[in-house]
Amino acid sequence: MTNHWIDIKNSDCILIMGSNAAENHPISFKWVTRAQENGATVIHVDPRFTRTSAKADMYAGIRSGADIAVLGGMIKYILEKDLIFKEYVVNYTNASFIVGDDYKFDDGVFAGYDPKTKSYDKSQWAFAMDADGNPQKDATLQDPKCVYQMLKKHYDRYNMDEVSSISGMGKADLVKLYETYAATGKSDKAGTIMYAMGWTQHTVGVQNIRSMAMIQLLLGNIGIAGGGVNALRGESNVQGSTDHCLLYHILPGYLKTPLASQPTLAAYDKKYTPVSNDPKSANWWSNYPKYSASLIKSMWMDEDPKTAYNYLPKLENHKAMDYSWLTLFDKMDDGQFKGFFAWGMNPACSGANANKNRRAMGKLDWLVNVNIFPNETASFWEGPDMDPSKIKTEVFFLPCAVSIEKEGSITNSGRWMQWRYKGPDAPNGLKPDGDLLYELMHEIQELYKKEGGAYPDPITKLSWDGIATNGVFDAHKTAKLINGFFTKDIEVKGKKFKKGDQVPSFAYLQADGSTCSGNWLYSNSYTAKGNMAARRSLAQTEEQANIGLFPNFSWCWPVNRRILYNRASVDLKGNPYNPKKAVIKWTGPKTKWQGDVPDGGWAPDARYAFIMRKHGFGQLYGPGRADGPLPEYYEPLECPVKSHPFSGTLHNPTALSYDNEEKAVCDPRYPLVGTTYRVTEHWQTGVMTRNQEWLTEMEPQVFVEMSPELAELRGINNGDKVTVDSLRGSIWAKAIITKRLKPFAIQGVTVHQIGLPWHFGWTWPKNGGDSANILTPSVGDPNTGIPETKAFMVNVRKA
Amino acid sequence: MHTNRRNFLKLSATAAVATAFGGLGLGCTPKATMVDHAAALDPKWSKQTTTICCYCAVGCGLIVNTSLKDNKAINVEGDPDHPINEGALCAKGASIWQLAENDRRPDSVLYRAPYSSKFKKVSLAWALEKIAHNVKKTRDETFTLTNKKGQTVNRCDGIASVGSAALDNEECWALQTMLRSLGLVYIEHQARI
Repeated sequence: MTNHWIDIKNSDCILIMGSNAAENHPISFKWVTRAQENGATVIHVDPRFTRTSAKADMYAGIRSGADIAVLGGMIKYILEKDLIFKEYVVNYTNASFIVGDDYKFDDGVFAGYDPKTKSYDKSQWAFAMDADGNPQKDATLQDPKCVYQMLKKHYDRYNMDEVSSISGMGKADLVKLYETYAATGKSDKAGTIMYAMGWTQHTVGVQNIRSMAMIQLLLGNIGIAGGGVNALRGESNVQGSTDHCLLYHILPGYLKTPLASQPTLAAYDKKYTPVSNDPKSANWWSNYPKYSASLIKSMWMDEDPKTAYNYLPKLENHKAMDYSWLTLFDKMDDGQFKGFFAWGMNPACSGANANKNRRAMGKLDWLVNVNIFPNETASFWEGPDMDPSKIKTEVFFLPCAVSIEKEGSITNSGRWMQWRYKGPDAPNGLKPDGDLLYELMHEIQELYKKEGGAYPDPITKLSWDGIATNGVFDAHKTAKLINGFFTKDIEVKGKKFKKGDQVPSFAYLQADGSTCSGNWLYSNSYTAKGNMAARRSLAQTEEQANIGLFPNFSWCWPVNRRILYNRASVDLKGNPYNPKKAVIKWTGPKTKWQGDVPDGGWAPDARYAFIMRKHGFGQLYGPGRADGPLPEYYEPLECPVKSHPFSGTLHNPTALSYDNEEKAVCDPRYPLVGTTYRVTEHWQTGVMTRNQEWLTEMEPQVFVEMSPELAELRGINNGDKVTVDSLRGSIWAKAIITKRLKPFAIQGVTVHQIGLPWHFGWTWPKNGGDSANILTPSVGDPNTGIPETKAFMVNVRKA
Repeated sequence: MHTNRRNFLKLSATAAVATAFGGLGLGCTPKATMVDHAAALDPKWSKQTTTICCYCAVGCGLIVNTSLKDNKAINVEGDPDHPINEGALCAKGASIWQLAENDRRPDSVLYRAPYSSKFKKVSLAWALEKIAHNVKKTRDETFTLTNKKGQTVNRCDGIASVGSAALDNEECWALQTMLRSLGLVYIEHQARI
């Protein structure tokens, strides 16, 4: 989230699209309701009428996967009716930038496409540069090659009739949605978006979100109270685990994983340190070398970062198609991996195309699964259709402590890092994950010290005691290391520090190994002032209290800034666009900014507002994405239509997919659009809820929801046991016949949609059913690799 | 941490509920356990710690009461002083007590040998030693110093890892450090799906 949960109360219009917040993030609705009580309008757009819809002021149905049609139509509506917040758009977005002559868009495909590699040469999307090497601009927004005019042209095709016919949303609903949301383009109005996996789990997931981010920029809704782009993240610490980058392509703090083509730290830093020739661009990533050296130092404390850079493994490239989740399991199925850790995960149920993943695990030599309860991953070898006598995989199941039995911090969706204390002891001597992984790595380190082995230095020289005290994992010591400290006596910014002093913030990090910091974004979280994440003070100034900022409760990255891009909430003089809900305000050279921690303390207009962007502007035109600089409509890789109205290119031409796996496109065997979702009483694959009697009593087994119209077609009654089939597999489910689902009219044809939760697995409870991911396809977004589990084709029949 | 006033109020409220049920005459005889439960929350017998919910990423605050006698959780409830949830919880958050106090939690490490049809109980020390040997063997066998182009890559392509958003920040950082020092590049977790 650019903003945070409490901030939702400041909104005038809350669009919930790609999320069922009321059921999946129930307490978020405390703040949605608070906004509603203050007069805000709540809109829910979803394939299914849910409890979120029931609480909303407006509900509009949409066929799964048609979001960019609806959002592209909104962009067209805003531009045509000139409802943009013009001053904001000119000063803070790249609307005025001139796009280079190589850029082209033809029938759904952008310039630079190579069908062999299914990828683009993105250099053809670059901006036209001036003599100083900065993008050419036209602040009047009249140049036909400026981004603003490009947007007008690109979205001209997204007219109301065609958006309606492909999405299934009625025209009256579209008009009401556009009119209501676009009304937040006024300086004193705020609109916000709450989205979740309903947007990310598509082959156009990133562009779904970019479409909305562009709408937010056009309406001046980013950086302000009650605005922003707000991903409702689904796991208690998925924000933290992403920040610490348990992902193939990034290192802690969103640094890039090194590539084979970057043989030295200098070459690596040069590649990822952007250069701007514009003195007004803060270009924050110019600090990259300080963060990379400090990270390497935190891992190998006794080594020079230049030397220890060699210890980091190098990838061939950063392509999702080569390394991300779906490919990991595809390669496992091909026998590439001998060993596999599934630490705090249950991929036998959580991954798309679950049967493939279960089969793949049978090709391993060994598998380590750490979890609270036995689950379908640890027990995959005795699951449905498995013959244990033919499965060689050695399996270790390590049970662990639960959250209330250990100490440490987690980071919520609003970027609040919150400390947890240990309550009860874990039963049976079970240990926290931190203890288990510390002990395991200690054992490995000792083995390499004793026996040597392949390239032992990264292991033998690892500063593993940096996270432990007296041989036991120490969350405080680790948190201090993540914040970072000085590795020698040094003076920075006129302040003297001693070796071992905690770094006050990332502004003090150095590129020469004189500081360490496990994650620069968390630098400032555990300082000389103590453990900032453990703070419990509700104290705040009147201005802060006005928008519910709570700056003294817990800690928030970066540097306790509660609303990102907040320099865009004020005009070029530092006056809030909406004084009634000011986030920051310039109060003069002595007292400077009041309110939130500003995005950089410079005087107003001394720097551009979007400090993390090389050029300093919010990106309406985004030339860095894998599938195009502007969001474009494509059908899901499995879909019920042969064509769509916006181009002759049916699918995202860069989507991640495997040619040997068939997809159902207008396939009469699988005529129904399927989607997956969650219920309040269960969580993810259900491991942490299916084992609780209170929760399974309320939601005991898998079900499939369908409309009365479809039920009649199939001769299915409420409560019948039915079979749901896809090209990947079949599961049984109890039929729930409900008006919450309605058939859509798509291009004049009736299209039915069904939906089912993915919380269940064959191990427990008995007769609970199995994972809905048995049905979902191994296809994904080209940028993120996130599987398209929210739109796929199925059939249902009486069991 | 929480004031004596709150403890006092909570105890009063629990007692009041017990009394109310007792007075209804609907067959709801106040059970001895109910009184015991209230008594167990007394600061004399229990400690209070704050925590954050382990389910979704709203980050609701909770208060955990732990018995000083056996260090088991007695009660988990919403933290009224937490500015996000103001004491409220959803069905999952309200069930966290049962996540900890749960007979289905295993009492030991489980090991399944190749081609075996069952798990057997093993000690943690035995398992960690065997896993460490497996990691070393696989890493040594599959480690790649240079790629086809002759570029230094120093990576282990024979082991993959998934997980986890269920870990604390400090554990996540430690896990990525462990995996990268081993040379793993196939590192993924919940954020990808």
